[in-house]
Amino acid sequence: MSAAAPDTAVRTASLTRILIYCALILFAFYYLLPLYVMLVNSVKPLDEIRQGDMLSLPQQFTLDPWFSAWSTAQIGVQPTGLKPYFLNSILMVVPAVAASTLLGALNGYVLTKWRFPGDNLVFTLMLLSCFIPFQIVLIPMAKVLGLLGIAGTTWGLSLVHAIYGIGFTTLFFRNYYEAFPTELVRAAMIDGASFFQIFRRILLPSSGPIIVVTVIWQFTNIWNDFLFGVSFADSYSLPMTVALNNLVSSSTGVKEYNVHFAGAILAALPTLIVYVVSGRYFVRGLMAGAVKG
Amino acid sequence: MAQAATAPSARNYLQELLPRLVLAPSFAAVLIFVYGFILFTGYLSFTDSKMLPSFGWVGLENYSKLWALPHWWRALGNLGIFGSLYIIICSVLGLGLAILLDQKIRAEGVLRPIYLYPMALSFIVTGTAWKWFLDPGIGLEHTMHQWGWESFSFTWIKDRNFAIYTVVIAAVWQSSGFVMAMFLAGLRGVDNEIIKAAQMDGASNLTIYRRIIIPMMRPVFLSAFVVLAHLAIKAYDLVVALTGGGPGQATELPATFMYSYTFTRNSMGIGAASATIMLIMIASVIVPYLYSELSTGRKS
Amino acid sequence: MPFLEIKSLEKRFGNVDVLKGIDLAIEEGGFLVLVGPSGCGKSTLLNTIAGLETITAGEIHINGRKVNDLHPSERDIAMVFQSYALYPNMTVAQNIAFGMEIKGVPKPERDKAVNDVSETLQIKHLLDRKPSQLSGGQRQRVAMGRALVRRPLVFLFDEPLSNLDAKLRVDMRTEIKRLHQSMKTTIVYVTHDQIEAMTLASRIAVLKDGILQQFGTPAEIYNHPSNMFVADFMGSPAMNLIPASVEANGHGLRLSMPQRSGDPLTLALPEGAGRIAKHAGGNVIFGIRPEALTDPDGADRNSAGVVLSECQIEVVEPAGSDTFAVTHLGGKQVVARLRADARVAAGSRMKLAFNLDKAVFFDPGTQLRIA
Repeated sequence: MSAAAPDTAVRTASLTRILIYCALILFAFYYLLPLYVMLVNSVKPLDEIRQGDMLSLPQQFTLDPWFSAWSTAQIGVQPTGLKPYFLNSILMVVPAVAASTLLGALNGYVLTKWRFPGDNLVFTLMLLSCFIPFQIVLIPMAKVLGLLGIAGTTWGLSLVHAIYGIGFTTLFFRNYYEAFPTELVRAAMIDGASFFQIFRRILLPSSGPIIVVTVIWQFTNIWNDFLFGVSFADSYSLPMTVALNNLVSSSTGVKEYNVHFAGAILAALPTLIVYVVSGRYFVRGLMAGAVKG
Repeated sequence: MAQAATAPSARNYLQELLPRLVLAPSFAAVLIFVYGFILFTGYLSFTDSKMLPSFGWVGLENYSKLWALPHWWRALGNLGIFGSLYIIICSVLGLGLAILLDQKIRAEGVLRPIYLYPMALSFIVTGTAWKWFLDPGIGLEHTMHQWGWESFSFTWIKDRNFAIYTVVIAAVWQSSGFVMAMFLAGLRGVDNEIIKAAQMDGASNLTIYRRIIIPMMRPVFLSAFVVLAHLAIKAYDLVVALTGGGPGQATELPATFMYSYTFTRNSMGIGAASATIMLIMIASVIVPYLYSELSTGRKS
Repeated sequence: MPFLEIKSLEKRFGNVDVLKGIDLAIEEGGFLVLVGPSGCGKSTLLNTIAGLETITAGEIHINGRKVNDLHPSERDIAMVFQSYALYPNMTVAQNIAFGMEIKGVPKPERDKAVNDVSETLQIKHLLDRKPSQLSGGQRQRVAMGRALVRRPLVFLFDEPLSNLDAKLRVDMRTEIKRLHQSMKTTIVYVTHDQIEAMTLASRIAVLKDGILQQFGTPAEIYNHPSNMFVADFMGSPAMNLIPASVEANGHGLRLSMPQRSGDPLTLALPEGAGRIAKHAGGNVIFGIRPEALTDPDGADRNSAGVVLSECQIEVVEPAGSDTFAVTHLGGKQVVARLRADARVAAGSRMKLAFNLDKAVFFDPGTQLRIA
């Protein structure tokens, strides 16, 4: 999907082109619609949503739903808003992303530049681990977290995410380093550089793009995770997604749609920002994760 | 011979082992936390585990119970409907958008990110947005009534027979842009000389796409199928946020089934059995695919 | 005592024998070229000397020291890679100094060494650039600079010119030769280009399928190839290898080769072709280089072994400096190298001069040279 890719040689007549533009714009509306609905309705008072329609702009603009979602809305039994859970998510994401990226880089380095008998089997097993349905590990994981004494903690969640991220990060770095010239590693060996010196001085400085891709991929996946959060967190260590779901689906009291929408945007904001800032890398990660081994 | 083979150094035997030592913790983690856990769950599916893991061997009892449960059949049936519609609609929509976007569209740089951004969102966010937008009380139906179209009715999300299709709508919204990106990359990889040759043969645009370009997208279709199938089998968060599996059991999927039997209905043995079946489903899609990918990769 | 010595070296990858018992030795200041078709094991051999690949059996000695088990950085060697392998994130100066930096050489000393080397190679103006900002030829120089600065006992070159365009390749070839003459260091150089091998080497080792075919000076290799593979591989256009039968008549021996039409072509062998006598009544492979098969006026007047014979010319290829004429003998296409202005037309018959002093003979069975 690089911008430099050549355009197609197919030529189209101008009437067709107008129709193509119309279709494309129509689809753009379809994809933007839910975001638009969330945005406009998050700044309306509740009455206006109930009596008006969801697509119209707010007549009375208010940021109260945002404040409420952030700091006072009822999550479970506590009127804390989403703020503490947002922090939980950050505390969960940062160490997990850092650890899995670092390990992935080292693994990719070993698997491509220091090959040994059986390395392909090791890689295949790591690769397959990317695709397992996590339901299959929920029961033993819950038990192990209990044994380690980190059940229901943010650290525990972080560990879980780091472990199940290794497969993907290793895949990313292995594919990237596969294309990295082995002669450079050999030259550095002759220059007397050690295993870690070669990694740090020769490979790492050239790894910028793949680090960005991996960090974005891991960040997005871990931030957006729901299953591990809902399975392993206690009510104080819930990540943002689980807290949002609790807010939206709690059956008590009035349904504050505007607060729900504001909360949903808050939960989406970090990954959306990452996407807007570095969409190119985001797409590259998606592709790398989707296709090939 | 891509390796910078390890040179034996009398000076330092450790240096030679170092690469494997560096890899070892990750590999051990994967062995234990993935493959060990799979074995453990597989084992539990043959035991009388209820609320907690227990190791009384009951043979295939959990599996026979599972396959006798209408609830499980419901989940599988829903997965069949959801999975096939999700895969087909995403592929068709993705390919269509990619082809349209590949016509030297000026605004491509603006449109492409718009089609793709849902992929950056959590399924919980997607579920929340669509849950209220499709809610007859305040969403689309309500809006249409406000606009004066009183007879408009769209109550799928509350309807046992149609709720599963709302899951399809939301899931397609989330993933089709990504499939579009995959196809767009595939289209950009088509050699323009082939297209020019076809034009010289007098082929119309429709013919060029139908007979030449789309058949060349075979590998992309395959990748898209694998990715989407595996997402469908894993689908959990979206259903939880959108419908909570309801109304009734109308939108239960294997993933939600597994969770509720394991953690809320205290039938861990049956939950483990359903998880094992999910793994088998995914493996039957992924393993042949990766096998062919890896073996062709080795040849080239 | 040889400076670099390789004894019964073997290398196995899994079940594949890549090198099968290689013995080589080169004196100090020698220029050893390893040449052969791709997959012959020449790069693997170079890598084992560098210590980048382990060996299965045998010994490698550099300057009297056994280096089998030494790390590449401890063998006192330097290597220039095919892709140049310049560290992309470092400047030219940092590239050249990296090895010293790892060893902990103080900065002023490093700077001086970089300065000296860059002067020798005339790359001073490039020192602050990154490799991506250099042309192919400049990268090549920097790669040599990185090797030179180590002042190694042995330089290893792995096809260093194969990524350059044709003209630059010739220039750099001359430059490497000049550098070797002034520095007088020992060099091991891998190439698949037999012209590079001939022009640069003091010794050539020809490899095929992991077996050393011949080891000798360029002249030995060219004039007295030890088998048909070496004869065919070295030289361009390749040596003509013509199946012929040896016949004895009253006076001596003659070669007989069938032509496409008419009687077989016969050539009387000069006196003293003693070793051929054993094959009288049998078959040999008659090897003659295109330049020893020419028009009568272009033949070597000092040679006693020139024999004239009429051949059917099938194709004529003027190449500017020479004209190549193709004929057909013994069921093989045969190339003759004529003077540029030789009068010759395709489809005609003309007399060609065979310089039998330069001819070689091979056993068709063993493919080894018999005379």
